[in-house]
Amino acid sequence: MDFSFTPEQEMLRKTAREFAEREIAPKVDQMDETGEVPMDLVKRMGELGFGGVIIPKEYGGTGVGHLARIIILEEIGRVSAAMANTLQIHHLGESPIIYFGTDEQKKRWLPSLATGKKIGALALTEPVGGSDVLGIQTVAKKEGDAYIINGRKCFITNSHISDVCGVIAKTGEKELTCFVVEKGTKGFTPGREEDKFGLRGCNTGEIVLENCKVPVENMIGKPGDGLRTALSCISNVGRPGVAASALGIVQRCLEEAVKYANQRTLYGKPIANLQAIQWLITDIYMDYEISRWTAYYAAWLRDQGVRCDTENSLTKFWATRGAVRCAQRLIDIFGAYGVLNEYVPQRLLRDAWPLVSAAGTSEIMRVVMAGGILKKYA
Amino acid sequence: MNFLNVIACIKQVPDPQYLSKITIDPARKTIRREDVPAVINPLDKHALEEGLKIRDEHGGRVTVVSMGPPQAELACREALAMGADEAILLCDRAFAGADTLSTSYSLSLAIKRVGVFNMILCGNETVDGNTGQVPPQLADFLNIPHVTRARRIEFTNEGKVRVERSIEYGYMVVEVTLPAVIAVTREINVPRIPTVSGIMEAHQREVKVWTAKDIEAEEERIGLAGSPTQVADIFSPEIGRKGEMLRGEPEEVVKLLIRRLHELGVI
Repeated sequence: MDFSFTPEQEMLRKTAREFAEREIAPKVDQMDETGEVPMDLVKRMGELGFGGVIIPKEYGGTGVGHLARIIILEEIGRVSAAMANTLQIHHLGESPIIYFGTDEQKKRWLPSLATGKKIGALALTEPVGGSDVLGIQTVAKKEGDAYIINGRKCFITNSHISDVCGVIAKTGEKELTCFVVEKGTKGFTPGREEDKFGLRGCNTGEIVLENCKVPVENMIGKPGDGLRTALSCISNVGRPGVAASALGIVQRCLEEAVKYANQRTLYGKPIANLQAIQWLITDIYMDYEISRWTAYYAAWLRDQGVRCDTENSLTKFWATRGAVRCAQRLIDIFGAYGVLNEYVPQRLLRDAWPLVSAAGTSEIMRVVMAGGILKKYA
Repeated sequence: MNFLNVIACIKQVPDPQYLSKITIDPARKTIRREDVPAVINPLDKHALEEGLKIRDEHGGRVTVVSMGPPQAELACREALAMGADEAILLCDRAFAGADTLSTSYSLSLAIKRVGVFNMILCGNETVDGNTGQVPPQLADFLNIPHVTRARRIEFTNEGKVRVERSIEYGYMVVEVTLPAVIAVTREINVPRIPTVSGIMEAHQREVKVWTAKDIEAEEERIGLAGSPTQVADIFSPEIGRKGEMLRGEPEEVVKLLIRRLHELGVI
């Protein structure tokens, strides 16, 4: 068993860190204050090739894989979970085309997604909820060689900035189908933009489909393939992506905790000498190690072509809840400073929380894991 | 200016972000590099970036030359990832212990072996040695002019380059004929961040490794044997802190402070 990264992966980490520290970090406060997506940074991530890591070379990507993707997201998340989540949802938006699209569809959309010229998103969740997938109410009706889609999607990341959006709609009573809808299509408009307390600078909002006419060529797979497409993409791309964004937060918590505990003195010595603080730090450390190794393992399995829904759910469950716990511990270590807006701990907590329900709640993660465990260990 | 052959000299150094973690090995009289990640010397990255910019604008080729242990190959790969066309690493036990003179000598031989060159770009100094001696010495070995502390390079119509040199209270403009060695400061540019595809390609390309024999170096002029400078001792200075209170009205205190700083030789 070899736990080391390849030299390429090491250099990717270094590069992603350099980008995050040099270009994202100066904009984090502004993003948090205004909630606006820094489109220049989104463009930069595309130029650097971060958008094309899971897109095969023949379609303009680099195909460096899922583990490399986790490394990049983790490094960006360490500085801004909002930017990491923007990027990972872009990957999620590409994924139905990568894994279920035809060669023609891949050629049509993937090259511009790989370079970040176009931004991706995936719209599944509706006001009735995200967990009850079959309960969605968006309907696609066939009319000639097109489908007319009507419905309303909510809590969609990249809703207002995406150019290529996967939309899951009902084409029958219990039949879901995935369509690719491009920005500018008549009847396809972003609706309300949500004002979140965390992950500010990552865009979340509604997508409204009103008699939106989409040609048959935009359908991914056949009618009825939508459930499998959506669940597979969310499990294999969305969940590890959320986990990696959260992992970045956990890593940041660990670094900030150690730094502060070594600097802050109490009773004439650094608080790092106090056992109470040491326990908080070790608890952060444990969440860090568990989050990162489960994330790397799930991504590695995926890169080997092994089915890993259970592992994806495990890392998503642990990393997101771990990020909330670690940010709380960090606030405890910082004392009153931890809740001041000019210090980072409170932002980490606000950024961590929305990740817990993203791409499936913790309860759904348990349901998925239970399904896998009961089968595997029966 | 037509097709340009630019050579960028880079050195792998301990990451300056970890300076506080660097310790000294008193027996070997060197710094312990084990726990500190290695990076391209920051100013050398600016030199490489300038080379890449010149190539992108005027056409040509950027060759990176470095000297160091086998792990310096990573620095060469990073340079390839940034966009260098070729990377050469001088790597041989015989080079070990080189001071700036023998380093410059070895680099000059490697550059001669590369063949045609119009411009050699270096960082003005390294974060570890910090002598700033290699660029001028290199120019001397190659018998070409050099300009240090360059903060801007532009081409004139006559095929020369006009260089702005940073000096204490401003800058100096000089013109130099090519080929020349130009040592750059950090003001000159912002080094690019490699792309994912750049990184992947860099790991598939060859980093040429040249030994002392390959560059036909004279044995007594390389490595420790060729180094007139030998480290007699290396130590971390003890920094004792002492506070001094100046009292009085603000104007008076300022005068006192200036006088005191003069006395201490700080200003």
